[in-house]
Amino acid sequence: MSKSSQVIEKEEVVIRFSGDSGDGMQLTGTLFSDTAALYGNDLVTFPDYPAEIRAPQGTVGGVSGFTVHMGHSEINTPGDYADVLVAMNPAAIKANVRWIKPGCTIIYDKDNFTDKNIEKAGYISDPIKEEMLEDYNIIAVNITAIVKEALKDLGMEPKAVQRTKNMFALGMVYWLFNRDLQYTEDYFDKKFKNKPDIIEANKIALRAGYYYGETIEALTPVRISPAPIAKGKYRNINGNTATAWGFIAASEKSGLNLFIGSYPITPATGILEELAARKDLGVKSFQAEDEIAGICSALGASFAGNLAITTTSGPGLALKSEAIGLAVMAELPIVIVNVQRGGPSTGLPTKTEQADLMQALYGRNGESPVVIIAASTPSDCFHFAYEAARIALEHMTPVILLTDGFIANGSEPWRIPQMKDLPSIKPPIAIKTDEPYFPYMRDPEKLSRFWAIPGTPGLEHRIGGLEKTMKGTVSYVPENHEEMVRVRAQKVERVVGKIPDLEVYGEGSGDLLMVGWGGTYGHLITTVREMQTEGYKVSLAHFNYIKPFPKNVREVFKKFKRIVVFELNLGQFADYLRINFQEFSYEQYNKVQGVPFTVTEIKDYCIKLLEEK
Amino acid sequence: MSETVVTQYTAKDFKSDQEIRWCPGCGDHAILSSVQKALTDLGISRENFAFISGIGCSSRFPYYMNTYGFHGIHGRASAIASGVKISNPELSVWQITGDGDALAIGGNHFIHVIRRNVDINIILFNNEIYGLTKGQYSPTSSKGLVTKTSPFGTVEEPFSVGELVIGAKGKFFARTIDANIALSTQIYGQGARHKGTSVIEVLQNCVIFNDGIHNVVTDKEVRDDRTVILKQDEPMIFGKNRDKGLILEGLKLKVVRLGEKGITEKDLLIHDATEQNSGIQYMLANMKYPEYPVALGVIRSVTAQTYEQDLTDQISEVKKASKIKNMDDLLNSGSVWEVE
Repeated sequence: MSKSSQVIEKEEVVIRFSGDSGDGMQLTGTLFSDTAALYGNDLVTFPDYPAEIRAPQGTVGGVSGFTVHMGHSEINTPGDYADVLVAMNPAAIKANVRWIKPGCTIIYDKDNFTDKNIEKAGYISDPIKEEMLEDYNIIAVNITAIVKEALKDLGMEPKAVQRTKNMFALGMVYWLFNRDLQYTEDYFDKKFKNKPDIIEANKIALRAGYYYGETIEALTPVRISPAPIAKGKYRNINGNTATAWGFIAASEKSGLNLFIGSYPITPATGILEELAARKDLGVKSFQAEDEIAGICSALGASFAGNLAITTTSGPGLALKSEAIGLAVMAELPIVIVNVQRGGPSTGLPTKTEQADLMQALYGRNGESPVVIIAASTPSDCFHFAYEAARIALEHMTPVILLTDGFIANGSEPWRIPQMKDLPSIKPPIAIKTDEPYFPYMRDPEKLSRFWAIPGTPGLEHRIGGLEKTMKGTVSYVPENHEEMVRVRAQKVERVVGKIPDLEVYGEGSGDLLMVGWGGTYGHLITTVREMQTEGYKVSLAHFNYIKPFPKNVREVFKKFKRIVVFELNLGQFADYLRINFQEFSYEQYNKVQGVPFTVTEIKDYCIKLLEEK
Repeated sequence: MSETVVTQYTAKDFKSDQEIRWCPGCGDHAILSSVQKALTDLGISRENFAFISGIGCSSRFPYYMNTYGFHGIHGRASAIASGVKISNPELSVWQITGDGDALAIGGNHFIHVIRRNVDINIILFNNEIYGLTKGQYSPTSSKGLVTKTSPFGTVEEPFSVGELVIGAKGKFFARTIDANIALSTQIYGQGARHKGTSVIEVLQNCVIFNDGIHNVVTDKEVRDDRTVILKQDEPMIFGKNRDKGLILEGLKLKVVRLGEKGITEKDLLIHDATEQNSGIQYMLANMKYPEYPVALGVIRSVTAQTYEQDLTDQISEVKKASKIKNMDDLLNSGSVWEVE
């Protein structure tokens, strides 16, 4: 395939594929990002789709989008604003106009800009004019007509022909970024193995788009050279798959069987689906009748000696809270994954938020401490799922792992770890000795109890939700209750000895410390790096271990003049810091819109702060 | 689990060191004894028993058993027990529950564990009242029952346990009376040997809040005439003088007197708990005094694949077919590229 001689070199670019939820935009974006990753770019992707499977066609509510941010240097966010927008219908313009860069390239299907569709999207005549986008690089293409013409000899149903429009658009974008079609064509061969006409149709549409891009001369190809990334084997992974894999890895390392008891809920379902598919690795998945049965079946599996997991999102965490309390009382290991979404109640099921922190910390009756960990990128969900399992098993405690819709659905290239490099996991499994076994006998250092697994002769015992003595006898003795409450709290606190210190990105002291936790990492680190490059004295402390805190938090905080806590809620982590480290004062930057931060807004805010002093 | 020779147990081996806190005279004491007795006869080692419960008087049961035990939260024992059994199918898993725990707060879990046919043995203590919270009506209280929360009588229709079990595609349903230790011991054993979810309803007497609720059928004086103990392949015959029986008349069961109108034992229905079609079993389970005798014994017991067996089979099939044998294989599967 010939290449134009004139090429623009760029560091990074953001491409947004957008269309009706039936237009295949998620696949289009995924194929593009896989191709980019194979080429060697660093990237982050983010799908954005409506809760309705097929919202009314052509409406803004039905727009499904997929963003790819790829670059020659390290990429940590899906990008604030798009350089290229592919719009399959007028509604896609409406939905994305606030998320594109001034002067960006807009490729759209002119044939789909019918009066009816224009009206459905809420425009009167011409969306481009109405949005005042005429000066942008507007590429209007008769995609519908062209694919019809290109595929006319295949004798296919008109509907099937129309389904290849996304591949035409993808072909154009491949040309624009000078990318190879091989990966995508291989995908067709595999995906439509027994449907040669579908393979052919998609290939024709893809190539037609590619050559169309070359022919029209309205596009100047852009080159984004591969990123200088560490040597090794890589793959793309999204947060939910990484979470699922982290648990399988922990199961293999600990030698315990993996059991997941769960109930489908957006955006957490992907973890259950992935684990259900992993029967080849012996995973037992149980799709329960509800959220409560999900966690209770997992607790049963934990009692029986399994690595037990349950996965959910905010409303489901609420339903599970009583059973988490039981896990606290029974001191059984279990990991509860909460893929946070917009709340309260059903809220914004497909959107992201960080507003379940207080629920995770305190949403149970009684003194009911659990370990809380938050993952911060799609790929580090693997590491933190592994960590959550390790801590749960070694410390005999429930662990809540917080992720969110943004990192759960987002994906990025990931350097594949090797099992031999992962830390060991050694649960305190009780063995029969001459001494009697008591269920609440504890390890003197960690304070964890010993796990006697049903089937082991001589260790028969009873546990449950009633307060007990060390021997496992039900007890209402006031002093015993207080002692047990304190020891359960202490046990969680002592996990601090097994977690890493809080790291500071940038100088260890300075004018401004940005503080974040969980899934906002990408945006915060990008902001800090950009600002540091521009000479600002700003650093970032990003938390993954939330309860207990890493032991050096005070040491870090005291070296900065100002501390600002950034989070996608009204200030839950800031409040939690105020309770725990009262000697510092905290400023807040909060956003609760169901969407991630933009680097632009954080940077503007920080610069203003630094300049106002 | 262990292939070792199983110790010959006595009921005492299953008694824990915990002081029993049920009210004196409570039917639970007899149920505990019957279960402990039944376990001696199963050829299962003590360490392979797990007793799981929810909340309520009945749910204290695991504390009194010298086996593995987990006292859970209200209504959720079916879900906990499912997790125990599915994750370790070699355990003999028992769920101890009551009419409130299983049929009100735990109704959802109860029907679903039955539908899935997880091999657990559910003993449902039915005293038609909430005992632990001191006397409120339950989902099995008869309509009109005066309780602390129905001072003018309940206006709710009660559930019939057997009807619900069969409606949920139950494969095993039996009924017994708390104080009838011989019958109970035998039925608990049959429930344990049945592969799949077995539900055993025990007509249990709450001596404090609903004393004598079952007396109308369980009293020594009347019980032979007001209950029928169903036995596999035997005619449905009952009465102190064994002079009454059940026949099918049209679409309904009918009580007949032997010797009257020329009816002999040969005319009576023969009990078949193993019949897949639950029609007759459903009618038997629903029989109520005074129109009918209350049916005791194993009413339905049909074989079917269990959930955990199907799951285990599926896992071994998928394992055989898959190229992915361990985590490193999975990590390196699919689209992977090398950065030099």
